[in-house]
Amino acid sequence: MAKQEIDDRFKKFGTVSFTSISKVNDFIGYLEKGKVMATKCKKCGMTFFPPRADCSGCLSSDMDWIEVTGEGTLLTFSKLQYGPVGFEGDLPYTIALAQFKDVKVFGRMSKELSDADVVVGMKVKALPVQLANGKIAYEFKKA
Amino acid sequence: MARVAIIGVGQSKFVRGYPGSIRELAFEAYREAVQDANITSKNVDASIICSAPEYDKQRSPAGVLAEYLGLTPQPTFYLETVCSSSSTGLKVAYSMVKAGLHDIVCILGFQKMSEITSAESQERMGRGADIQWESPFGTMMPAYYALHARAHMAKYGTTEDDLALIRVKAATYGQINDRAVYQKPVTMEMFKDPENSLAGPVASPLRVGDCCANADGSSCIILASEEKAKAFSKKPVWILGVGAASTAVNMAGRDLFSGLTVAMEAAKTAYKMAGVSPKEIDVAEVHDCFTIAEMMAYENLGFAKPGEGKDLIRAKETYKEGGIPVNVDGGLLSKGHPIGATGGSQLRTIVLQLRGEAGPMQVENPEIGLVHNIGGVGLYGNVTILGRD
Repeated sequence: MAKQEIDDRFKKFGTVSFTSISKVNDFIGYLEKGKVMATKCKKCGMTFFPPRADCSGCLSSDMDWIEVTGEGTLLTFSKLQYGPVGFEGDLPYTIALAQFKDVKVFGRMSKELSDADVVVGMKVKALPVQLANGKIAYEFKKA
Repeated sequence: MARVAIIGVGQSKFVRGYPGSIRELAFEAYREAVQDANITSKNVDASIICSAPEYDKQRSPAGVLAEYLGLTPQPTFYLETVCSSSSTGLKVAYSMVKAGLHDIVCILGFQKMSEITSAESQERMGRGADIQWESPFGTMMPAYYALHARAHMAKYGTTEDDLALIRVKAATYGQINDRAVYQKPVTMEMFKDPENSLAGPVASPLRVGDCCANADGSSCIILASEEKAKAFSKKPVWILGVGAASTAVNMAGRDLFSGLTVAMEAAKTAYKMAGVSPKEIDVAEVHDCFTIAEMMAYENLGFAKPGEGKDLIRAKETYKEGGIPVNVDGGLLSKGHPIGATGGSQLRTIVLQLRGEAGPMQVENPEIGLVHNIGGVGLYGNVTILGRD
């Protein structure tokens, strides 16, 4: 019998990933194709970010992938001077939360932005970013 | 319906690097509470042991501690809601007594944060939130609360100085609480001095002085049915209301960032059950793991309208002599925050206040007190309302 291949793409997510196997591993595949995706329940229409494999509204597991597109509004942010183990090389960095049309997205601000550029209410785009060692994430850039 | 009372309270001194094992640490709070309740271990029908397991080396500590405290063969179990574990323990114990399963239940909260190395602790901090979707960005507890501080500032014009005022208040009382880990004074000038460590940035807009310290400690609360309370205790403190709530662990799943919905939900339940309004609270303990957490608590508990928490602290209304004294034992900011022990310590403070036994921290003649204890970054909310005869 052929050995079953394990889909552990989620281990590539972020500077340090604590998850390797998830039913929404396609999120990583989409990131690699340049897209930040959410899921939408085919049965009741609820939209989820972070993406979910299962709908908490109607308990269906029949989901569509939808792209997080357009401009989002920055809701809040914080610049870290200390980080957990494994993030020392990234410091300092700014985590943030943005409101897009259907979903909120949590992530990091692009390092291209200066502190003065980052203000609550600014317009942002969520875009994939390639990290060291073949890892991948997404970040917010000025829209 | 028969009532349920707190008849005994105990707390170890909160310290950095407790010179003993977890069972010895737990014993300190337990002995004080049992002696306070005027009972022996034989009177205790069941125990609930509360801590955050990621700091424990001992697997399943409940049985180990119960045996050391002399609480075998009675039933015991372990319970966790991170920083609010012992408040959740109180709620579960209340239900057990109310249901008639047991007459006297002990809630023992403990945490020996120094059980693991600093590096191990740093590693665990990275896993304090949603490990699949948020931890890979390098999140930490101060940064999450900083997101709330930034949102509060943007929405209401709250300033870094307003947050510093909360730390100054905490230190005012930390100096007169001999159980606190941080007993030094803190002034506004210290926050303005770039050479001072308290002014150092952690996660903007929060600075070192806005954050509570890790500590080792234990707390113990003894609950009793009305019949047993009257038999053993001269000054039972009655549980008037208990409320609890939960929400999305990840920030993207939430709608409010200038406050904590779990606190609002838990407060609503507790106020309704107790039949009291925020105005009737005479003294409160709130979960000030960060200064912004206390600011939000003022508003989420109804002591101030949303956005007006800053006016409360500017006018010193939450000082001992103010309209609604809050954290007059120094709070987590001064006492330290030994995760599993924190809720029990807050409950102890309010019990001592209602009994008129809070010493130099005593508020004038309080009748109704409130405890607000949050687990995680507003993941679990617990509000308990206590009253005396």
